[in-house]
Amino acid sequence: MTSTRYALARTAGSLAAGLSRRTGRGDGTTVGGRITLALDPTALEHAAGGRDFAIVSGTNGKSTTRTFLTAALLTRGPVVSNAGGANLPTGLTAALTRDRTARIGVLEVDEPFVPIVSEAVHPRVAVLLNLSRDQLDRYAEVRRLAGIWRDALSRPEAPVAVANCDDPLVVWAASAAATTVWVSAGQRWANDTAVCPACGGVITRDGADWSSDCGLRRPTPTWTVEGTQVTDPDGTRHQVTLAIPGDVNVGNAAMAAAAAALWDVTPADAFTAMTLIDEVEGRYLRTSFAGVPVRLLLAKNPAGWVEALSMVPDHEVGVVIAVNARPADGRDPSWLWDVGFEVLRGRVAVATGERSRDVAVRLRYADVDHTRVDDEAAALRAATKVGPVEVLANYTAFQTYRRVVGDG
Amino acid sequence: MADPVRIALVYPTVLGTYGDGGNATVLTQRLRWRGIDAETIDVGIDHSVPEQADLYVLGGGEDSAQTLAVNRLGDGALNRAVDAGKTVFAVCAGFQILGETFLDGAGAVHPGLGLIDCRTDRLDGPRAVGELLGDSALDGVGTVTGYENHGGRTVLGPDATPFATVRSGIGNGDAAGDGAIQGNVVATYLHGPALARNPELADALLRRVVGELDPLDDAEELELRRERFAAITRAKVTRWRRQWRPPARQ
Ligand SMILES: [Zn+2]
Repeated sequence: MTSTRYALARTAGSLAAGLSRRTGRGDGTTVGGRITLALDPTALEHAAGGRDFAIVSGTNGKSTTRTFLTAALLTRGPVVSNAGGANLPTGLTAALTRDRTARIGVLEVDEPFVPIVSEAVHPRVAVLLNLSRDQLDRYAEVRRLAGIWRDALSRPEAPVAVANCDDPLVVWAASAAATTVWVSAGQRWANDTAVCPACGGVITRDGADWSSDCGLRRPTPTWTVEGTQVTDPDGTRHQVTLAIPGDVNVGNAAMAAAAAALWDVTPADAFTAMTLIDEVEGRYLRTSFAGVPVRLLLAKNPAGWVEALSMVPDHEVGVVIAVNARPADGRDPSWLWDVGFEVLRGRVAVATGERSRDVAVRLRYADVDHTRVDDEAAALRAATKVGPVEVLANYTAFQTYRRVVGDG
Repeated sequence: MADPVRIALVYPTVLGTYGDGGNATVLTQRLRWRGIDAETIDVGIDHSVPEQADLYVLGGGEDSAQTLAVNRLGDGALNRAVDAGKTVFAVCAGFQILGETFLDGAGAVHPGLGLIDCRTDRLDGPRAVGELLGDSALDGVGTVTGYENHGGRTVLGPDATPFATVRSGIGNGDAAGDGAIQGNVVATYLHGPALARNPELADALLRRVVGELDPLDDAEELELRRERFAAITRAKVTRWRRQWRPPARQ
């Protein structure tokens, strides 16, 4: 009896999650989901329970876009979502087991798991943001991920793809879907798409337009983003003034609005709901430390660092660069050299985190004045002497800073 | 004033996946800090490699990118530069394509540029991913440290000698060597980037171009190197501890 088995597996999972929370080992999400899935491999499908899903994936912007889309769909009723960013099947199973009443689900999914999760939850839509180098010690090649997506989208009953037409890897993957909604969500980081994923030839660029000799080219978007303005398929322009920084997030908002439209949420209602979001699990959080304003920015890979550095204001600020290289971060911080830290010239930066020595050497060659401080709290204190502080941190270093400023 | 020293960074959009573009930054900056005019030329994939550069740098890339790059370099510009005595420093995929043959994305044997007497196929075991430590055969370079991430096994022929003897890690996956030296071509599997983690190697390459160099204060690089050496020792001790079993009683 599969359903009895699922009920048992679910109970065991929540017990373990509760135990993990009480013993302070974590929020319990992943361990609970892992136990449920181990006892019943079809648990994710059961937990999905025939509800109506959107999945969100991509190297960068998953959590923000999931939060945006959740806000937009909340205008339609309760929404279950994997808040907290546990985006592997275990975390998804746990999130869906916890809330069994909401009829709509918005799930952010780690890139390689898009096929498995699609098979299990049969989403109405897959929001495909971008693909770029990340954790190369684990995933090795970006093009392989695009191939995995492409296979998932060519299956019968694959979801509608809401896809970024500015990223050739995403376009190659999404063009396999029966129905696609193209959004010009932008691509500031083009260093992983010089080679055509379809034919291995060169991708030629002309402004925003791009094409390859094999015929793969930028599709015409039905949603277009220019600065902070989004034009919807009816040709109506929306001024999108978000509470969180970064041009990239206007693109993410447009992607979320295009997905929400499949539930008949009007663009105006969707964007209004999104402008109220002022932090995403600590990202963009404005707080203070030792009486000085501090903002936390998360950057997990070169594309994310380029975006995060563009959010650092020109005026006098202290900058903390915090980098670890644990398994969740990727073991090799060579990518520091893919990022133009030269934009910080003329400022004083503080390098910290377990790989602060790599950061210090990178800043030296970028001609950026810097100091290196081992302890994260001491590094932040040192930066507050300059002025308001921008903390730029990669994944596990970011979690440390949430604790340092007393959030989470 | 003489012309600036030109560092050509070859096809960084396709051979720059692992931060190896940093090697060009390091070379250029180490000349400038010594008052020697220097510039980096980013060679776009639509362009031929400039023959008038002084030093050529190639990095790692994905399989399809590797094939694209070697097809572009088939125009002979880099080979002519090497014939003219110019120095080349190549890493990972950049190293493989300078050999006689390598495997393309589909696993087919693909001819390389023939600048190094070596052939690359696949490692028997899993992909080589992790810290790599060795002793360089280049004069004055000493211990080299970096991070490797490749599935290739490279076997050197008689005209090439290893760039380093591997102390920890995989390297070429053949005869405990890493990389290759052949005339003015120096190649390795080290990322990090290699020249940021091994400033003596950067200077050894620069000396081939400009002669003797004033010393620099490399305190931060030395601190990074010490930390990486210690990390490898720590990892080894952890492995020994895990593998250690009490001796069986007689
Ligand atoms: Zn093509």
